[in-house]
Amino acid sequence: MGAPHLLVHDHTDNVGVVVVEGLTSGTKMLCVVTHDNSSFSLTAGADVPIGHKIALSDIKSGDTAIKYGEDIGKFIADVAKGAHVHTHNLKTKRW
Amino acid sequence: MASNYSNMTFHGYRRENGRVGVRNHVVILPVDDISNAACEAVANNVKGTLAIPHAYGRLQFGEDLEVHFRTIIGTGANPNVAAVVVIGIEPGWTRKIADGIRKTGKPVAEFSIEQKGDFETIRAAGWAAKEFVHHASELQREECSISELWVSTKCGESDTTTGLSSCPTVGNMYDKLLPEGITGFFGETSEITGAEHICQKRAINEEVGERWHAMWKAYQDDVIFAHQTDDLSDSQPTKGNIEGGLTTIEEKALGNLEKIGRTSRFIDILDPAEMPDSGNGLYFMDSSSAAAECVTLMAAGGAVIHTFPTGQGNVVGNPIVPVIKISGNPRTLRTMSEHIDVDVTGVLTREMTIDEAGDALIDMIRRTSNGRVTAAEALGHREFSMTKLYRSA
Repeated sequence: MGAPHLLVHDHTDNVGVVVVEGLTSGTKMLCVVTHDNSSFSLTAGADVPIGHKIALSDIKSGDTAIKYGEDIGKFIADVAKGAHVHTHNLKTKRW
Repeated sequence: MASNYSNMTFHGYRRENGRVGVRNHVVILPVDDISNAACEAVANNVKGTLAIPHAYGRLQFGEDLEVHFRTIIGTGANPNVAAVVVIGIEPGWTRKIADGIRKTGKPVAEFSIEQKGDFETIRAAGWAAKEFVHHASELQREECSISELWVSTKCGESDTTTGLSSCPTVGNMYDKLLPEGITGFFGETSEITGAEHICQKRAINEEVGERWHAMWKAYQDDVIFAHQTDDLSDSQPTKGNIEGGLTTIEEKALGNLEKIGRTSRFIDILDPAEMPDSGNGLYFMDSSSAAAECVTLMAAGGAVIHTFPTGQGNVVGNPIVPVIKISGNPRTLRTMSEHIDVDVTGVLTREMTIDEAGDALIDMIRRTSNGRVTAAEALGHREFSMTKLYRSA
């Protein structure tokens, strides 16, 4: 197995983290779940910078974002599988 | 957890009160902002000394003044400091700080400026500083048990890679070394928001957990909600965090908490700059999430080594405590590797496990404790930032 493009903390997560520089739209990403080192593939839907998140499934506005197996905020827009997830479509529930 | 570290030792400086330091500074310590110039003049005249200028110390009162005194006294009392020259504008608070440091048994000399002026103060303090340099330079390192090491942690310029690599590296280190009897610190009260329910469960028992939650809630109510102008979205996460891919405070908090590993439990809660007195173990210090302020408070609490995970590349150091930087972000290692002591990019490429990364950090802690100069020390990063609770009278 080569180096992954995307790391996911937990199987219940609906977002993963890009861990390579210069990821371009259309790349077939090797994705690894760090919890048990299992892997899957997913096509990047956008050019996404290193460290930024990508949706692992189609998501509806109002859904909860899950990372580390925990609630990290609410989606404020519909997000397609493979799309970039950040401040434009995800917001804290705290303030 | 089975450990390979039960026989780990390092060579440190055993101080008069039994605590062990890993550095041997002679510090010229101002009581207040207006004594900075005299302290810097002494440090310029007497080589081998270190002035620690700072911004405050006049007309503070109440709890804010207590934090100020604890921070200054704790800095002088830190076992990385061999001896201290204290200089203040007037003798009252100067004596209070000098006496606070004297409780450690280390050499302390005090000078005040009023009715003498800077020239006479600098002359007299210079003689004391020179004697302290001769004294400190003859002290020898001796072999010490790992259980005598006090290690703090706080992350900075965090991004999503810190939660995946550098923070769990620190957590792995704590899971391995806390059972060997080290004393540990973590904190960053505002950055636990979003994971407070998880942090509370990491207390050693329900009573400590409830006290922790009351402390966190008081911070939320008294500081955040009392002073916010709209919301905290521009400050937490910071602009640097957002550039690095962190979107919400919950996400940042969960990554932050990776620093206490899987099995570690905290045994007590400390006020800002408070020294632990509940024995060996992990402590939560109520502290700012700003890097220099937090490292300064933990150093005043007695930590002698600081472990600092960074994603986007925080460059902070401390005058008296070596700050070990850990990063797993390949862009940061490519663009600013001069700031990084432990490279854990292999965790992201799956060429390095968290267990191996923890071992690499422990090896760097051992080497740094033995005298290896950190990146922050080599680059002259000596940020010393006082925590101010409210404006002065």
